[in-house]
Amino acid sequence: MQGDDRSIAELARALRERSTSSRELVAASLARIERFDGALNAFITVTPEQALAAADAADARLARGEGGPLTGVPIAHKDIFCTRGIATTCASKMLANFISPYDATVVERLAAAGLVCVGKTNMDEFAMGSSNETSFFGPVRNPWDLERSPGGSSGGSAAAVAAGLVPAATGTDTGGSIRQPAALSGITGFKPSYGRVSRYGMIAFASSLDQAGILARSAEDAALLVEAMAGFDPRDSTSADLPVPHYVAELGRPLAGRRIGVPPEFFDAGLDAGCAARLREALDVLRQLGAEIVDVSLPHLGLSVPTYYIVAPAEASSNLARFDGVRFGHRSTAASSLEEMYKRSRQEGFGAEVRRRIMTGTYVLSTGYYDAYYLQAQKARKLIAEDLRRAFDRVDVIAGPTTPTPAFRLGEKTDDPVQMYLNDIYTIAVNLAGVPGISVPCGFVDGLPVGLQLIGPAFGEAAVLNVAHQYQCATDWHRRRPADPPAGVKR
Amino acid sequence: MSGGWEPVIGLEIHAQLATRSKIFSGAATAYGAAPNTQACLVDLGYPGVLPVLNAEAVRLAVRFGLAIGASIASRSVFARKNYFYPDLPKGYQISQYELPVVQGGSLRIELDDGSSRTVRLTRAHLEEDAGKSLHENFQGLSGIDLNRAGTPLLEIVSEPDMRSAKEAAAYMRRIHQLVRWIGICDGNMQEGSFRCDANVSVRPAGSTQLGTRTEIKNLNSFRFLERAILFEIDRQVGVLEDGGRIVQETRLYDPERDQTRSMRSKEEANDYRYFPDPDLLPLEISEALVAEVRATLPELPDARAQRLVAEAGLGAGEAALLTASRELADYFEAVLAAVGPGQARLAATWVNGELAAALNRDSLGIEAARVDAQALAGLLARIADQTISGKIAKEVFEAMWAGEGSADQIIDRKGLRQITDSSALEQVIDQVIAANPGQVAEYRAGKDKLFGFFVGQVMKLTAGKGNPAQVNELLRRKLAS
Repeated sequence: MQGDDRSIAELARALRERSTSSRELVAASLARIERFDGALNAFITVTPEQALAAADAADARLARGEGGPLTGVPIAHKDIFCTRGIATTCASKMLANFISPYDATVVERLAAAGLVCVGKTNMDEFAMGSSNETSFFGPVRNPWDLERSPGGSSGGSAAAVAAGLVPAATGTDTGGSIRQPAALSGITGFKPSYGRVSRYGMIAFASSLDQAGILARSAEDAALLVEAMAGFDPRDSTSADLPVPHYVAELGRPLAGRRIGVPPEFFDAGLDAGCAARLREALDVLRQLGAEIVDVSLPHLGLSVPTYYIVAPAEASSNLARFDGVRFGHRSTAASSLEEMYKRSRQEGFGAEVRRRIMTGTYVLSTGYYDAYYLQAQKARKLIAEDLRRAFDRVDVIAGPTTPTPAFRLGEKTDDPVQMYLNDIYTIAVNLAGVPGISVPCGFVDGLPVGLQLIGPAFGEAAVLNVAHQYQCATDWHRRRPADPPAGVKR
Repeated sequence: MSGGWEPVIGLEIHAQLATRSKIFSGAATAYGAAPNTQACLVDLGYPGVLPVLNAEAVRLAVRFGLAIGASIASRSVFARKNYFYPDLPKGYQISQYELPVVQGGSLRIELDDGSSRTVRLTRAHLEEDAGKSLHENFQGLSGIDLNRAGTPLLEIVSEPDMRSAKEAAAYMRRIHQLVRWIGICDGNMQEGSFRCDANVSVRPAGSTQLGTRTEIKNLNSFRFLERAILFEIDRQVGVLEDGGRIVQETRLYDPERDQTRSMRSKEEANDYRYFPDPDLLPLEISEALVAEVRATLPELPDARAQRLVAEAGLGAGEAALLTASRELADYFEAVLAAVGPGQARLAATWVNGELAAALNRDSLGIEAARVDAQALAGLLARIADQTISGKIAKEVFEAMWAGEGSADQIIDRKGLRQITDSSALEQVIDQVIAANPGQVAEYRAGKDKLFGFFVGQVMKLTAGKGNPAQVNELLRRKLAS
């Protein structure tokens, strides 16, 4: 059995032409999950019955000529999005028994566009991690090398797309959680501007940074899907009340005249030499396509990791307070007082990394430390955002690496949280500034994929997708597939 | 205060805003529904839900700010106040901390001795209420009712400008009057729509430094506020005079024992870890919105009372009573409009007197008065044109209150029309003089006090209907002759 290499646009065309059916596509997807997810562990929940029923409904609509451009295409959702009637675990023991009574806006919109959800993908617990090793349901394995991490936190979505289990999957990106796993898994991962996609129903990690996006095989696929997800939502006060441009229509624009900025700060000593070589080759391709490569400086980039690891845990410590064992989620049975119920439920329900971040966040917001940490971090955040804003006065898009190295081995960084955090060094500034970013495959180092990151100004998704698409028109790195993993092996 | 101690008091009043839906969700705010039937996923703090600010709550806060002459912040910020409690679903309360929507302002309070003073307000900010923990009726368990969770509150914080329990109660009453007057809160204290925390400290008279304060939580009546503060002042003075120190703490008032007791000390208090809520954008209030709200603001109680004094010639005390609520003032002005500006004192006397007594007796609000303004004006018109005396009018009023008809119908039916025919009155007077020769002789010999006896006899024979002024005049003339 082979994975389906067709793009979303090609699948949708085949569906509309009735040369394939949604049931056929969904059944094929379910069969690949059945066969290979034992090795990958990309899914927490698979929903064959609902998926096949939705596929039949999509086929009925298509038969009546009613389907939209995405009707009948299979997709998977990161298990951070609330799905009505289906377990929504956030990869945590805390929510292992939680069935959401409602759909997230992203889930609702993609369902309304006709996409068929086949299941919920694995992730780092509450999206806190860069390797997918913090999941209560076990780590996800990188299809390019099963001993390595696919990245995180949207690692399940990345592995599922990379291994051809689904053509695309949703993800969320708080500090790189779409782009980093996309880079390490050899696929395309797109995070739109903060506020472009509603956060309603997306379980909050760090509210001022969280943004939903797409992991797919190409920028074109990502553009199609993000168009369907994006737009103002009155249920999310931070969603932008701006029209969503027709991204797909702008993909074809030639790169001649596009100015692409390259910050020297992105090519520092931390960047693996092999990765740096692939990136320089990618920049050459862009230059050959007519883009002008310009030096820009992001002097405060070095502040982004420490800033992020104050802001994100601070917000998380408050966002995760609702998991108290009172109304839903894990409640310890060993408690004899209210205080003890809180402590034990949270101690038992949260994993070590989540607890570490809650403690860090609680600390930086405490009386006497707030000014020194939280307020300082807010100031640094402004400086970082200002660096990017200034750079975009001169260039259309900024290019650089997505990660310092290709995929690392499972277990390699789990004992050293700081080493793990530094994996996000090139992705975090994008979240702190709220701007859009994409990672596209740009070659291999020792058989492992490398990602090229393209960053745009706030609400400038169209330029990012355009450059990424033009790059993909000139290269075929995004078409490379790993060999299928051994079938049926549950590790 | 005896013993040379000066109390210093500031109040934090929580007024529930009269919106139909909650401050950050679409769930209803109506009181008294079955537990947990008015709590949606947002109120329950479900994973993934987000708050959306209720614009009406903002308008009501602006309305309050304008009514106390405060400045309305063009940009204010919602913050999270973090603490764990089962009736606080998210583990934090959304409130305003560093940048509240209403800043400054002041209010004049009047005291029993007729003096008045100004109390400055620090701020008023928007926040959500928590749910309720129910400890009765659950064996070994606590029940949680989240109907109240997310109800909009305006927390109104005063400066420590009050110097006695009486002043504090007067201020609380004044805020209570104002929030109802401008229609932002129903003021229902039984249902918890209006409640108060009092910060109390004492210092040696003449000192300008503040003493250590205690905070008395959740006072839900004017009387409890006054009693609790009186107790707390005495307690603090006692501690200080015994050489002790006041501990900064939160205390609860126990009305059964009429005392306050310690709830938690400052050391035990939560570190609330306030920070701006990233789920909500800063609240921006335009000049246009402020102007729009200002245009709908009614004439305020003070201005209205002053107008009644100036235009209708009422006394300040009378006017203050008539402006206790906007409904009462409206009632009074409706009576006045119907009966004519010349009868302002008569109208004031009746509204503050008979009407107030009847309402009080039947525990009714002015809006439920059994005699409406037009009907009362009909009665007063009959007093003014001397159809009936004031005394008979009270009888007519009672009949009206009992639903027996209009003043004119009752006067006619019961034959209460005053006798103003001089010849008829003279006939009765002649009868009285003839029947009481002894008293006539004594009166004429100088025993003036007997005049009342003759008036009484005439009134008895006319069944109270003789026009009192005419009776007096005719009697005086006849007795003199």
